[in-house]
Amino acid sequence: MTDSSRELPRTSSPGDPDRDIIGPGYTFASITDKISQITLSRRTPRFWFVGFALAFLLTMVLFGAIGWLFLKGIGIWGVNIPIGWGFAIVNFVWWIGIGHAGTLISAILLLLHQEWRTSINRFAEAMTLFAVACAGLFPLLHLGRPWLAYYLLPYPNTMALWPQWRSPLVWDVFAVSTYGTVSLLFWYVGLIPDLATLRDRARRKGFQIVYGMLAMGWRGSARHWHRYETAYLLLAGLATPLVISVHTVVSFDFTIGIVPGWHSTIFPPYFVAGAIYSGFAMVLTLAIPLRAVYGLEDFITIRHLQNMAKILLATGLIVAYGYLMETFIGWYSGNPFDWYMVKNRLLGPYGPTYWLLIACNLLSPQALWWKRVRSSPWRLFLIALLVNTGMWLERFVIVVTSLHRDFLPSSWGMYVPTIWDWATFIGTLGLFAALFFLFIRFLPMISIFEMRTLIPEADVETPAETRSRREATP
Amino acid sequence: MTAPAASVPAEEARLYGIVAEFETPGGLVAAARRVREEGYRRVDAFSPFPIHELTEALGIRSTRLPWIVFVGGVLGAATALFMMWFSATIHYPINVGGRPLASWPAFIPITFELTVLFASLAAVFGMLALNGLPMPYHPIFNAPRFAMASRDRFFICVEAKDAMFDRERTARLLDSLGASIVSEVEG
Amino acid sequence: MKPPTLLPSLPPAPGPAKDPAPSAPADFASLRRRLEEERGRGRWRSLEELAAAPEFEAALPPEFAEGADSPAPIDRREAFRMLGVSFALAGLTACTRQPEEKIVPYVRTPEDVVPGGTPLFFATSMTVGGYATGLLVESHQGRPTKAEGNALHPASLGAADVFGQASLYGLYDPDRSQTLTYLEEIRPWPAFLGAMRTAVEAQKPSRGAGLRILTETVTSPTLAAQIQALLAGLPEAKWVQWEPLSRDAVRHGARLAFGEPVDVVPNLSRAAVILSLGSDFLGHAPGHLRMARDFAARRRELASIEGSKGGGVRLYVVETAPTITGANADHRLAVRPSEVERLARSLMAALGGTGGGSPSTGNAFLSAVASDLAAHRGSSLILVGDEQPPAVHALGHAINAALGNFAQTVTAIDPVEARPADQLAELRTLVEEMEAGRVDTLLILGGNPVYDAPADFRFAERLAKVRLRVHLSLYADETSTLCQWHVPRAHFLESWSDARAFDGTASIVQPLIAPLYDGRTEHEVLGALTDRPERSSYEVVRDFWRTRLGPDFEGAWRRALHDGLVADTAFPARNVPRPEAPPAAEEARAGGETGLEALFRGDPNLYDGRFANNGWLHELPRPITKLSWDNAALFSIATAGRLGLKKEDVVRIAFRGASIRAAVWIEPGVPDETVLLHLGNGRRKSGRFGTGLGFDAYPLRFSDALWSAPGVEVRKEGDTWPLACTQLHQNMVGRDLARAADVEEFRRDPDFAHRDELEKEPSAADSLYRPYPSDTYAWGLSIDLNACIGCNACVLACQAENNIPVVGKDQVRRGREMHWLRVDHYYGGNPENPEHFFQPVPCMHCEDAPCELVCPVGATVHSAEGLNDMIYNRCVGTRYCSNNCPYKVRRFNFYHYSLQFRAPSMKMLPNPDVTVRWRGVMEKCTYCVQRIQGAKIAADIENRRVRDGEITTACAQTCPTQAIVFGDLADADSRLSRRRREPRSYALLSELGTRPRTSYLAGLRNPSPKLPRPVRAGWSELEPEKETGQR
Repeated sequence: MTDSSRELPRTSSPGDPDRDIIGPGYTFASITDKISQITLSRRTPRFWFVGFALAFLLTMVLFGAIGWLFLKGIGIWGVNIPIGWGFAIVNFVWWIGIGHAGTLISAILLLLHQEWRTSINRFAEAMTLFAVACAGLFPLLHLGRPWLAYYLLPYPNTMALWPQWRSPLVWDVFAVSTYGTVSLLFWYVGLIPDLATLRDRARRKGFQIVYGMLAMGWRGSARHWHRYETAYLLLAGLATPLVISVHTVVSFDFTIGIVPGWHSTIFPPYFVAGAIYSGFAMVLTLAIPLRAVYGLEDFITIRHLQNMAKILLATGLIVAYGYLMETFIGWYSGNPFDWYMVKNRLLGPYGPTYWLLIACNLLSPQALWWKRVRSSPWRLFLIALLVNTGMWLERFVIVVTSLHRDFLPSSWGMYVPTIWDWATFIGTLGLFAALFFLFIRFLPMISIFEMRTLIPEADVETPAETRSRREATP
Repeated sequence: MTAPAASVPAEEARLYGIVAEFETPGGLVAAARRVREEGYRRVDAFSPFPIHELTEALGIRSTRLPWIVFVGGVLGAATALFMMWFSATIHYPINVGGRPLASWPAFIPITFELTVLFASLAAVFGMLALNGLPMPYHPIFNAPRFAMASRDRFFICVEAKDAMFDRERTARLLDSLGASIVSEVEG
Repeated sequence: MKPPTLLPSLPPAPGPAKDPAPSAPADFASLRRRLEEERGRGRWRSLEELAAAPEFEAALPPEFAEGADSPAPIDRREAFRMLGVSFALAGLTACTRQPEEKIVPYVRTPEDVVPGGTPLFFATSMTVGGYATGLLVESHQGRPTKAEGNALHPASLGAADVFGQASLYGLYDPDRSQTLTYLEEIRPWPAFLGAMRTAVEAQKPSRGAGLRILTETVTSPTLAAQIQALLAGLPEAKWVQWEPLSRDAVRHGARLAFGEPVDVVPNLSRAAVILSLGSDFLGHAPGHLRMARDFAARRRELASIEGSKGGGVRLYVVETAPTITGANADHRLAVRPSEVERLARSLMAALGGTGGGSPSTGNAFLSAVASDLAAHRGSSLILVGDEQPPAVHALGHAINAALGNFAQTVTAIDPVEARPADQLAELRTLVEEMEAGRVDTLLILGGNPVYDAPADFRFAERLAKVRLRVHLSLYADETSTLCQWHVPRAHFLESWSDARAFDGTASIVQPLIAPLYDGRTEHEVLGALTDRPERSSYEVVRDFWRTRLGPDFEGAWRRALHDGLVADTAFPARNVPRPEAPPAAEEARAGGETGLEALFRGDPNLYDGRFANNGWLHELPRPITKLSWDNAALFSIATAGRLGLKKEDVVRIAFRGASIRAAVWIEPGVPDETVLLHLGNGRRKSGRFGTGLGFDAYPLRFSDALWSAPGVEVRKEGDTWPLACTQLHQNMVGRDLARAADVEEFRRDPDFAHRDELEKEPSAADSLYRPYPSDTYAWGLSIDLNACIGCNACVLACQAENNIPVVGKDQVRRGREMHWLRVDHYYGGNPENPEHFFQPVPCMHCEDAPCELVCPVGATVHSAEGLNDMIYNRCVGTRYCSNNCPYKVRRFNFYHYSLQFRAPSMKMLPNPDVTVRWRGVMEKCTYCVQRIQGAKIAADIENRRVRDGEITTACAQTCPTQAIVFGDLADADSRLSRRRREPRSYALLSELGTRPRTSYLAGLRNPSPKLPRPVRAGWSELEPEKETGQR
């Protein structure tokens, strides 16, 4: 952490739920033990088994669907000629979007000294990784000949062939893989000191060895800490533009196309906003149950929820602006194709999906203007779920309703997802959940060493009494 | 209280240094300052979380890491641009949608991505390299209760290699700084 | 598939086909013998032969891979059998050492055959309804792969229709019957000969009183002579002809008008005003290709100097069922069948003739037609459809005569049919005799009367009363199952025969290949009744002509084989008495209110049902409804509304106690209070495609109401039947896609096609990019919407040329049809009687192609000659190109569709010059790049540039109206460049800046100034209609 980050308000008992980012009365030891025992304790809670079993089942559904897909061909999906892209791309964009919150929280909020990020960044980053993993599946699966996916990579070959650099899909390959790699590094680097802690606290030999290897012999040397923090800051600095770029590039997949409803300059900003929007929704969806079942209310406090709710509201409004502009420009451009697309999107055969999306993404977050809603976990949870749905619908509307009626009425068509479309989608939800369950079981879901710095005692310079005065004036 | 001083001179060679354990970060920082004022140079501190005061207390020089990252970034950008320009205009020039062979605007996204990728890799592996990690074994791990360094205890270690190092005096000095335990660590 | 490996299972037909020297027949026979003994051997020597085993045939997966609807659902046993077979084959293919495949070299290499080299072309003829159309068939090492029109043939002039194009699929159809059977048991040919001998001997005493021969309409001189000879021996025997799409009315009409059977041949090249009374002369009529060509030629004059000098043609169509002829009319009047005659009579009256009609001045249409006709005496033409009653035909002749059109636009010739007869009456007598048990032996040569005879004839049950029943047919069909003897018929591409074209020209049918199966021709089966049964049909045909080709027989014969026709055999014009209009019969005038009326018409794709197992024809969208795979009961919007019917609703249509189920389709242009039913679908026993698809309308067809059944009841069944329509939106929603204008409009503003500001094509200057320099050919295509009649021939030509798979109904419903070239059809005007616009859409080969830009692997890139190339083996199948193609001309292999070409017989179908695409690969129109390369190589050898017209794409080559022109834009005076310079030339969606290489010539209409000009506007009314239940 940078020096100034410690200037931010921090409370001691009695707790003030609106400002607390950590519950009262914690010591280095208690924090360490509380978080690490979740992973180190011998007995795994029952709900974990239930949850993991369910997730694993769905993962198997995914593998089944993929197997059938490879066996028969892309035809098992609902895609057809006007609508060449269906669920696969919808899910891809949706997952990638979700994958944005993690890096955003850990990088951007770090640079902005938003200290409250500390207790959520770790599992947000994990969420990012798993979401990107799920997203990464789809571009491969949706290929007609997935076994030739490597054609998209620049590799030396006797045919002297190269990828076609002008295609946004190639940009995607680089953007998504870079994003995945950097997020992984970022996450792992953040984990190293905690892995050391686990190494030292583990009782079982196996755990000691595994954590020990992963910790790479970290010993908390002051010199190491120095370089470590520099590296972490630099990574944050790099990840920040990266996270913006990724969804921009994803939006290029559409904007570079000439399809009415795709060919629009507003896409990059509004895709990025949408990504953060859905990302935070997902963080809330995960955080709220987690803090409940593991009793982490002291680490993930009401204030965290409120802050995230505010971000949700803000990005939600940006997205709303995006919808508005899309429609307005459709009319204002005077381009008959665009204008028809807008009318068709609102009133055409897929109209209902559009209005449902409006309800989920525009109306539901308006409830967040009220503090009562922001500070009530279950209400937030509900809204987060709605937003997740809404964002998925948004991608569906963009992909399908734009394609199904473009330029020549003679080749207009309809898209009806098949059971395999659904199986693949649900399957990735399972994969995501399964990975996440493994994560919370075997790795500290909250950054221990960063939590330690939030404790008053972590402060070297300022004596206790002056500190309490400063807290009165945030 | 002092740890039992080793009586057999032969052991001196295998002595790594003297370690003192503190309860609070404050204690550690103060100790670090004193030790350095005394003129010790081969001193290191160990804490469960970063303590910035230690940087100046121990006189740690600022790291070269940012330069490494910068080079990495430049390298990434160059690689990307060259690869695309070379392949699109020299190695595999072909008319795609009537666009120019060197469609530089289309090259920007990948250039950016590779810049970030290379820079990030440089940052992480540079950091590890400079820190000499991974390092499975280090003498300091032999220090009693050093496992606490990753929980809630703060350690300072004066290495035997230090010019001013003297088993008795150094130990006494550390003891006088309010360390809960002062002990010798074997190398 | 390397041609040589085919040889063991399939010897080529070199001998007679390629070498008509006298020694040929012997060679031919020897080939066939070799073929026979090879089949005789028990061991298999190659995968092909193993595959040819009947049990494998049975276990063959449906023709096309996944998703194809196999009409017979696969049961457990079937599934297991399949498993077994596939395992067996898997085992074979898995062997490290492939089983050896012996190759049989040519015993005597036929002349001109360059193995792996250029294909050979042979002329032959195809008959539909008896009338011959000349074909030129491409053959690769004895393997016919593509049918084209025969330019020398008067009925073709180089064009081929959908039937001609699809004939190859029929040839290789794995479901063709392959073995001679007696009571379902396989019998050798000699056994059949024996049976026939005894049968004939049994007839001898009664002088053949119990022998009947039932054929389709026969124009073949040879066959006729054979039958006559047979009847001469057995005078009491009878020869009956039956065509379900009967032309009895035509013959009657001629008798009424001229007192004797006469064929009247129209000559459209001289016609300035044409009135069609229900005649689909552009779609299905003897010589329709010729008429289409002439019609288009006249239409072109509208756009040229002649046009301004009163050239061109105006087409009035009075029709009951929408046809492409009506779609191309300048004025179309949709009437109910009963009204046609009244109209004709009042027209007769209006033209000052007698005929009992009242001039009925009230009718604006009629008066306009009348005055127009009167103004064009000698250059006008009345055409009457086969379905019209005799009186209307007679009236047509009378009006033509009254207008002095004889010897001008119509010519009377001797009847083309070998024995013009009242087929319906003959069939009626036949069934009565069968009923009375007076028929002992019935030879059914072709045709499928059990399926298509009038319902009231109850043919099936009466057939059972015949003692000995023999059926010769391509498929083991409804009739075969009721006959003891079933003789597999040789496909016409395997047969020697002859036939006459619409103008009497004798056309030779010569085989391209030895019969794939145990197929026999009519000549051979008839021969079985004579005392010289061993004569091959080759000999029969040759012997017939030997005496008729003049002194130098061999020379003339060779010439006839080469040309595909016998020179100067067209019937000369003959004098006929001036026809008088027949007196009006009572019921004709009474034809007023009859309630809901059902119309029966031949199916545009399946004709009378004979093509019911042809995958290409099944999948081909019907010209106007764009329905593929099923027929439907077509209602007008108003009638459907009144009956509360929606698309795909199933209705029961009842008539005189008989009733059928049919799915509803709403088709503007069908007259109100009528339901249009296309015959030939819903076969009960055909092949994998024919059986069970669509709805059989024959049960409602009675001998006294062949073409229309007044007073049918239509009842909603409640359930629905999915229909596969390839174009859900036949409405331009106000977009100026298929552009057209009236002639006056065009004269006023020749640039009308570019009027709209949005349509201004972005110039090269508007582009940020410098155009790529081109120092070579610049290929392009131009499609004249003024000439296109929407006949679909180009679509099938493309499918045949480019190995385009058939995907099946389910896949079509999912929007996955593979046709590289589609003919878009749009409506305009008022929904009751809409205007029609056809627009063939191939790949546009854009200079700045949106598809290329987005392909991540560079699988579609631009060639120096401006082709938008698809590199199949580089394609990974992102489908991004298709999404980004504004014309949606790209097609994707969602499944491994090309598996269908692995069926043993289908292996021989694909064009060896074109890749067979794999699963997961994008494909599209290539401008027939294989033909381009071929021509370029030829040109390079002679060290010159490719000449204009040297390359034709498959679509352009077969187009009856020459609407499509392919050429080089770099050559300033190529036909293409000249077309491009015409003011009517425009590019589709040019405002997108794609700079297409394919361009269109806007259409022209020539409406009568006397009639209100039809409004042209996209509909919104139809939108909800068009929306329902699809994909």
